[in-house]
Amino acid sequence: MSRDYDIAVIGGGLVGGAIAYGLARVGRRVALLDEGDVAYRASRGNFGLVWVQGKGLGLAPYGNWTQRAARLWPDLARALREETDTDISLEQPGGFHVCLSDAEMDNRVASLTKLVGQAGFERYAFEVLDRAALAARVPGIGPEVVGATYCALDGHLNPLRLLRALHAAFIKRGGAYLPMQKVEGIARRSGRFVVDAAGEQIGAAQVVLTAGLGNATLALQVGLHAPVRPQRGQIIVLERVQRFLDYPMSTLRQTDEGTVLIGDSQEEAGFDESVGTAITATQALRATRIFPRLLDVRVNRTWAALRVMSPDGFPIYEQSATQPGAFVVTCHSGVTLASAHVFDLAPRIAAGELGPEMKPFSAERLNVQKAA
Amino acid sequence: MFKRLPEAQPGSSSVPVTIDGRPFAARDGDSVAATLLAAGVPACRTTPVSGALRGPFCMMGVCFDCLVTIDGQPNKQGCLVPVRAGMRIERQSGARIAFDAAQERS
Repeated sequence: MSRDYDIAVIGGGLVGGAIAYGLARVGRRVALLDEGDVAYRASRGNFGLVWVQGKGLGLAPYGNWTQRAARLWPDLARALREETDTDISLEQPGGFHVCLSDAEMDNRVASLTKLVGQAGFERYAFEVLDRAALAARVPGIGPEVVGATYCALDGHLNPLRLLRALHAAFIKRGGAYLPMQKVEGIARRSGRFVVDAAGEQIGAAQVVLTAGLGNATLALQVGLHAPVRPQRGQIIVLERVQRFLDYPMSTLRQTDEGTVLIGDSQEEAGFDESVGTAITATQALRATRIFPRLLDVRVNRTWAALRVMSPDGFPIYEQSATQPGAFVVTCHSGVTLASAHVFDLAPRIAAGELGPEMKPFSAERLNVQKAA
Repeated sequence: MFKRLPEAQPGSSSVPVTIDGRPFAARDGDSVAATLLAAGVPACRTTPVSGALRGPFCMMGVCFDCLVTIDGQPNKQGCLVPVRAGMRIERQSGARIAFDAAQERS
């Protein structure tokens, strides 16, 4: 088996899977190194939204990039279906953010108005629905619901099937998926990279770091900066019920198979992946205020997973200045951005140059000196 | 399909229940799942996704295959619920209803 490749992608989650598949699509010989089940694996714990609404406040290009990803999603879903016969259950009917008080509603509308009014932001229309307008589109909302905001670009999909499909499509295009390969070190010798993984050495002209929380330390080995931290999210899974909700919501969605998921909690808890009722009780209460009839639907399970957060919450895409050919790709929206990663970012990496459009996502923005 | 062991035959008294509305004399001390098997109802539900038939399997609360509607409550594990006099046991088809969207809309 060949141990030399054009590109080594380090990290086999949704980000690494998308990049590796995108690189294979443009003809590169790629090794995708995956750590194993001891890894934190944000890709196996996420909520599955393809979400645009509200993203990009403070970095307009991120809002634009997210919109681009949403528009590319049908193409990726089609490609994965054709190449792997996998249906990832993509639906993009638009999504709602539900508000439970007038103050919440006012804050939401002010925040979205500010977002789409930013210089350089590709403005999209969002709708503000009062209680009656929402009830006409979403049956079963409770008496405490004041209204909602709606963005037509939002959607959702099955993230586990997406991960499997990305791996399958990558392998089908000749990619080498290498599991149980925890990367110990990356060295550069005469213009090529040598990756030490599980006692073996893998050579490549380029390396792409897509190791989630592992990027923080791996980046330093190739002259990059990716100070990501874990942010815990908890998810409640209810039993399957007949379809009652045709739209994803920011905190609640019903899958194509009928399961109801409640999510969107955010906690700074270090690397602690445990679930706790302090958070899940709050999530459940809010869900039942939105849909009171969920009160007698059973909880099947709960889980927690760790988001990969940069200091300002935006992606980091960068090529090393001191070790050209080494790239880092990290974000907390591995589902939403997967389509842009496959069709747009991967070809840039293959070309050896991220280009000016990706400049806003450089980690340089994080190096602003603090005023004394 | 299922027969009681000879040593399990004597003693226990009969408990009247209904299965899909039909009266059945269950055995005191039996679970709902055991009652279904004794009544010759091996399949008590169809799955929400593929519609495949499912019936009591592990009999110890692990497999969730014996989900049935008991006294109007859907998705109860039949193997963990002892029969009681007057209990209404109903087979279920596909996913339960959380609420009727058409009714809520009106």
